[in-house]
Amino acid sequence: MIELVEVSKEYGDFRALDRVSLTVPDGGIFGVIGHSGAGKSTLLRLINQLERPTGGSVRLNGTELTGLSERQLRAHRREIGMVFQQFNLFRSRTVLGNVAYPLGLAGLPRPVVRQRALEALEFVGLGEYAKRHPEQLSGGQRQRVGIARALANSPKVLLSDEATSALDPETTLEVLDLFRRINTELGVTIVLITHEMDVLRRICDRVAVLDSGRLVETGDAYRVFARPRHPTTAAFVRSVLPDRPAGATLERLRGRNSGRLLTVPFTHDGDLGRGLSRLLREHRLDFSLVHGGISEVGALPLGSLTIELHGEEADLTAFLAAWASRSEVPAA
Amino acid sequence: MKVDWNVFWPKLADATGQTVYMVLVTLLLSSALGLVFGLLLYATRKGNLLQNRAVFSLLNLLINLVRPVPFIIAIVAMAPLTRAVTGSMIGTEAAIFPMVVVATFGVARIVENNLVAVEPGVIEAARAMGAGPVRIILTVLVPEALGPLILGLTFILVALIDFSAVAGTVGGGGVGNLAMTYGYLRFDTSVMVVTVAVLIALVQIAQLTGNLLARKVLRR
Repeated sequence: MIELVEVSKEYGDFRALDRVSLTVPDGGIFGVIGHSGAGKSTLLRLINQLERPTGGSVRLNGTELTGLSERQLRAHRREIGMVFQQFNLFRSRTVLGNVAYPLGLAGLPRPVVRQRALEALEFVGLGEYAKRHPEQLSGGQRQRVGIARALANSPKVLLSDEATSALDPETTLEVLDLFRRINTELGVTIVLITHEMDVLRRICDRVAVLDSGRLVETGDAYRVFARPRHPTTAAFVRSVLPDRPAGATLERLRGRNSGRLLTVPFTHDGDLGRGLSRLLREHRLDFSLVHGGISEVGALPLGSLTIELHGEEADLTAFLAAWASRSEVPAA
Repeated sequence: MKVDWNVFWPKLADATGQTVYMVLVTLLLSSALGLVFGLLLYATRKGNLLQNRAVFSLLNLLINLVRPVPFIIAIVAMAPLTRAVTGSMIGTEAAIFPMVVVATFGVARIVENNLVAVEPGVIEAARAMGAGPVRIILTVLVPEALGPLILGLTFILVALIDFSAVAGTVGGGGVGNLAMTYGYLRFDTSVMVVTVAVLIALVQIAQLTGNLLARKVLRR
């Protein structure tokens, strides 16, 4: 378990992190999102103490890390793997040499180092690339080498610093799948930072949102996506989920459909279909589906649908009142 | 007065040997010392692995004091020190000493410059894996900068061939000495041409070897 308590980090007058508290439980994939300069990168580096906080406490499985010397920290760092946006591979070493590096630091005998480095490479699917050099690999392959290197020492925690941000969409999905395998097959807790909501949507079970050094929202990923509480979170959610139609889209819908429009949220725990159809039937209304989109958060569906209502004006009014009273969602 | 070529050729062979000896010994010593100073200079710089203002400032000042001094003046200025260390003020060993001193500071600067160019990300990666500063310097920084370091040392090597010619004028022997005494002072153009040709050949060999090694390390 990783616990940050009231952690602050100041660079001169600039406050990169402002009293951030959060707990990362063991065994999950924890995602931190924020715009560039929000403090994500600093937050991630506090966990392995590459950055020292100017206030607050950082605990790893109950051990306070903030007071430790660099020398004492080295042992802890070996239990925390880290991968980077720019991969940060050693150009002077082969692929195998890169993956073997942390094992050599741990002082293991050569045959063991070689064996375990090869196993880590096999795990990421690059066993045949052991003798190549990093510059002979594609971006996605390089990141997988970086991941193998981070996993070689069998860490309990893997930190990912925008690991997919330099990759194309297809390669990004491969790396995210690999993260999920690392989490489920090896039981490694993953903490990742990203500016892409799509990354959180696909693999995270808990998320935190940073805005200008402050933690503005944290919680179960589905809850945050379905019911964001902070405007920054809501803006991030809108970037990936087809939310209620607005602006030009809404204008075009109105132009095509003269009837009343209603946008209804679609969540995995709601009873949208039956609840809505019963209410429509009671008010003798028909509908046509005009807009919408459903996506997956984690493995659960989330989205919204927009319908056009057809019927008598009085029935419409009564229906909308009844609908509003059973849900918070107003008509579009 | 024309030179007796039968006497001159063996002299030239000897002198070439002396030059190669002076240059290689100097390169070896100044590379080792310069590497240590360069690493120290890099590591003690603000924000780096062994940040230490006092050590950095001292080294930096020393390098900046030694490097601008013209080599011919450095030889003369260092003469008492040279005699204290080598026991003599003339001869090949006496020429090597000031060459080593001056080249060491040149190498130190080259080492520092090339280490600064190493991607900070790989250093961070090594730190994240739990590597200590000395380990990082030896197993990450130096190997990552090796290609450019070899090119930098090649540059020093070529400069040393030039230095050795200057050292020749104060009794250091070598091709430079030959060029001065037989060629320049006796107004014998043919000797000058031959000795300069030897120097050019030495520089060519040095540069080619350096380029070859660097290319191998950089895999280009």
